[in-house]
Amino acid sequence: MARLTAENTELALEIIGRYPRPKSALIPLLHLAQEQDGHVTDSAMSHIAELVCVSAAEVLGTASFYEMFKFEPVGRYMVNICTNISCQLMGGEELLEHAESTLGIRPGQTTEDGLFTLEDVECIAACTEAPCLQVNYRYFHKITNPEFDQLIVDLRSGARNEIPPHGTLAKVRQRIPADRRAGVVTPEDTAHPVWLASSQEAQS
Amino acid sequence: MSTTEVPRIITSRFDDEHGHTLARYEATGGYQALRKALGMAPAAVFDEVKAASLLGRGGAGFPAGVKWGLAPAEVWPRYLVVNGDESEPGTYKDRLLMERDPHQLIEGVLLACYAIGCGQAFLYVRGEMPFAQERIAAALNDAYAAGYVGRNILGSDFSVDVVLSWGAGAYIVGEETALIESLEGNRGMPRLKPPFFPAAKGLYMQPTIVNNVETLANLPWIISNGGEAFAALGAETSRGTRMFAVSGHVKTPGVFEVEYGVTTFRDLIFSPQYGGGIRNDNAIKAFIPGGASAPWFFEEHLDLPLEKVTVDRAGSMLGSGAIVVMDETTDAVKACLRLVRFFSRESCGKCTPCREGTTWLEKILQRILDGYGRPSDLALLMDVCDNISPGVTWPPKQTTICPLGPSAVSPIASAMERFRSEFDARITQAEQTRISVPVAFPKAVTHA
Repeated sequence: MARLTAENTELALEIIGRYPRPKSALIPLLHLAQEQDGHVTDSAMSHIAELVCVSAAEVLGTASFYEMFKFEPVGRYMVNICTNISCQLMGGEELLEHAESTLGIRPGQTTEDGLFTLEDVECIAACTEAPCLQVNYRYFHKITNPEFDQLIVDLRSGARNEIPPHGTLAKVRQRIPADRRAGVVTPEDTAHPVWLASSQEAQS
Repeated sequence: MSTTEVPRIITSRFDDEHGHTLARYEATGGYQALRKALGMAPAAVFDEVKAASLLGRGGAGFPAGVKWGLAPAEVWPRYLVVNGDESEPGTYKDRLLMERDPHQLIEGVLLACYAIGCGQAFLYVRGEMPFAQERIAAALNDAYAAGYVGRNILGSDFSVDVVLSWGAGAYIVGEETALIESLEGNRGMPRLKPPFFPAAKGLYMQPTIVNNVETLANLPWIISNGGEAFAALGAETSRGTRMFAVSGHVKTPGVFEVEYGVTTFRDLIFSPQYGGGIRNDNAIKAFIPGGASAPWFFEEHLDLPLEKVTVDRAGSMLGSGAIVVMDETTDAVKACLRLVRFFSRESCGKCTPCREGTTWLEKILQRILDGYGRPSDLALLMDVCDNISPGVTWPPKQTTICPLGPSAVSPIASAMERFRSEFDARITQAEQTRISVPVAFPKAVTHA
């Protein structure tokens, strides 16, 4: 249970500074909290509320709408198997059943060693590569049962440590250098865009 | 089929392992359209896009030039929101465009901002796509450093920040007003239109243009080659090229860029360069022409061209360019349930007919599949459908704010119309195997 670290708070403030209204940064900040702790803690939500100047209840209100945010600890690896139409046609449901027996858990549960959480998910946009799955949102295409078992063995043994623990999404972050920044445009900035004005002047 | 001579407009760098880098992008004509545009008046850039007759590639197929023109004159600031929340089942194209050619998208964003006069752009990528987020973040960082994005772009008076934002798992956020709610830090629930048409009252109640990733990815080519060159490809209202994902029971599933308006479903599903035919040479049972929300098509529709108006008139839609093929072995009830379950899970809960209706549709279909169907269930299904989408017609009417509710009706209406006997068979079987248990009421216990 932790507030954002000093380093993450600094990053959070940088992200907030890109939006015309601080609350717009909520989802990116919740991801940051989940990256830090593996799930979104109450104290992180309180901290985010302070940073974007809304109540903690509003933060939870937004966060609870989105399926990727977890409010209880989950496994180090979130195994998401797609069973939507394209994958269903190509054996996604059978793959899920196989995964249940390999891991000994049902969708929504976590293995006792805390390594894996299994989820039955909706279309993840890899329809031509069915059946597909994601581990911490990293793609695995056209997966057979033996391949699935091997993947689990590799994840257990640490052979796939290029996959970061649950919570980490992109490992590259956007950075806007101060000298190149155009700056936020708030709804109060009602000025005519300069380049449109100059073009109209040139015509007239 | 004239597909071989057609230029690859948006997938030209897909085979290039380094196509996502700034160096390769610049070496293959990248950011030349931006340079050209900066030498033109913004209104002239706008006119090229109108001349191209570019239809939006997100699902609704609304002309991009017309959409841009809906922003009220002289109301500032305006915003551009890029919809990269690809999540319609069967759809697989925007993710590829973001991962393999992020600079092309960024250049498209800049061209749109220049033409429309947007003060800031927000590029909203689906949460479950960290690789796309990484590629766009890296591309934006490089583009800022090289002077293509940010303050005084390429030394001109055009300045705009492009902010990478991302979601957290909600299909409904692909709907433009829900996307705006999400960008404002709220639950992703759609807004009522009118009055909240984004072009008039969008992000922070300011005029906002929401465009799909694929739509914007076309802009660099259009500005470089001219709107007329783009409009010369395709047919009727559907111009240029378009990406289609062909998945399901085909021999060689894949994502293909083809000439819009002239290529047919048969070409895409059976031609060796595309889908390659049905697996094991089975017969085709049905196919979904435009994502899970679209009514199903059958063998007799195979020769229709991939043209918006033609497909609309035939009773479905090209939607998000997702073609899902089902062969003769497919269980129609099972496929139908899976699609309906999706909409039930993803209903945001704002409108009662959708929230309650999709939930009941799923439950009824599940019991039919599980062998507990009742003879009255099929009429009940259609009654619930009618509550969500009165008359169950195409194009659908709706008792809901957004089209998610009616989308759950499409697969049921299609499957029931064509494969009614499969539903009947399950219910008859349930009737025959059900052991009738006399209802026993517990007797009052009397204590001695």
